[in-house]
Amino acid sequence: MLKFSKDHEWIRVDGSVGTVGITAYAQSQLGDVVFVEVPAAGKALQAGQDAAVVESVKAASDVYSPVDGTVIEGNGALSDTPELVNEDPMGEGWFFRISISNPGQLGALMDEEAYAAYLEELG
Amino acid sequence: MPADPIPVDQDLLTTPLDALHRRLGAKMVPFAGYAMPVQYPAGVLQEHQWTRQSAGLFDVSHMGQVRLSGSNAAEALERLVPGDIQALAPGRQRYTLFTNDAGGILDDLMVTHAGDHLYLVVNAACKHQDLAHLQAHLEGVTITAAFDRALLALQGPEAKAVMAELAPGSEALPFMAGAALSVAGEPCFVTRSGYTGEDGFEISIAADAAAALAERLLADPRVKPIGLGARDSLRLEAGLCLYGHDIDTTTSPIEAGLAWTISKRRRAEGGYPGAARVAAELASGPTRRRVGIRPEDKAPAREGTQVLDSAGATIGTITSGGFGPTVGGPVAMGYVTAAHATPGTEVQLLIRGTPRPARVVPMPFAPHRYHRG
Repeated sequence: MLKFSKDHEWIRVDGSVGTVGITAYAQSQLGDVVFVEVPAAGKALQAGQDAAVVESVKAASDVYSPVDGTVIEGNGALSDTPELVNEDPMGEGWFFRISISNPGQLGALMDEEAYAAYLEELG
Repeated sequence: MPADPIPVDQDLLTTPLDALHRRLGAKMVPFAGYAMPVQYPAGVLQEHQWTRQSAGLFDVSHMGQVRLSGSNAAEALERLVPGDIQALAPGRQRYTLFTNDAGGILDDLMVTHAGDHLYLVVNAACKHQDLAHLQAHLEGVTITAAFDRALLALQGPEAKAVMAELAPGSEALPFMAGAALSVAGEPCFVTRSGYTGEDGFEISIAADAAAALAERLLADPRVKPIGLGARDSLRLEAGLCLYGHDIDTTTSPIEAGLAWTISKRRRAEGGYPGAARVAAELASGPTRRRVGIRPEDKAPAREGTQVLDSAGATIGTITSGGFGPTVGGPVAMGYVTAAHATPGTEVQLLIRGTPRPARVVPMPFAPHRYHRG
């Protein structure tokens, strides 16, 4: 299952584990990513809370957790190769994996079709 | 992720190159009341590197151009700036500052002796206030605001060769000199200066001729359009101040490391707003200084980041910071107490609550490559 937030995070759900990243649209808006800070394993997160930081040449932006849960691991590859976020935002450029504590929250997120429509609205 | 950038609303002013920017696919953002290109499809990193390797074309038409004429113009302008304007030879250009009575900085500007007048370029966000300031204090001087003129900057190691084809004679200008030249057949005022640390030119041209010249320059394969994003990373690596960030009414020229803009005669004679503070700081040293700071890890330190000493006490603030594409890592500048301003001093940067190691370093971060002639 793949879901999207209005803040342009994606979460790919496999059982009780979610993998979180930012969307292709989000990375295109940011431009060249030069630094990423991912959360440490064991960190408890709530939906909508700052979970990671992504920086372009110009500015730093927060990445929010789409669900409540506990971080399993951050993507260590992003510290040396932050450009993975631009090159493969939905794949190798993932930010963190999270043990989902409240699966009911997934229902409030958008599916692919709804997210595509949301992007249309944004123009 | 945050919401989208502020949409460009219809109240914004536009430069004569607005349609060209949009045709080139620029992302337009509000800046100093103007819709300006922050980047083109190539992106900030590539635009930055292209400027360092070849030549970048910048639209800086939002900046304020002003002419001062009258036999006493240089002497009169010296009442408002600490720079040695009377010693400026015909055709030469100088960087100086409008100061206030408290010794703070109202704006920074370029002044060129253009023969029968002084040609000033001031910051976009300050231009109306600067004009009023000039009008209030320069009696007997004819002040002409040329805010409708366009200003293009061509910067980078290939700028000289590109310009030589369109403006014969431009290649002979040394750094910080200016001349009235024909560029692609249009009458322009060209200076050998810029805001990137590279060799390059700034070209003042009539608004209705600007887009055609920009297209002519962009038709050269050595030239690509560069937005405000790369303009900022280029000037930061060059160690150059951004008004409103690195210098403002709370910073003095001496704190800002701009004592080099004040000649021996002006130091001795004073006669500009805030001269007493400048003299005192020249004699006894300021309490804080603008310095370069290199984070030792990869996290960029942005404007507003607190600078701590090795024991954790606050000693200053970052005023500009980000990723330096030429350096290949984070670079910053800011103010620290004078005791911590020596290059090599170990400091810490408080980034999102975590102190991170950094070091005071000399600037520029990327070597200047001006054409000294």
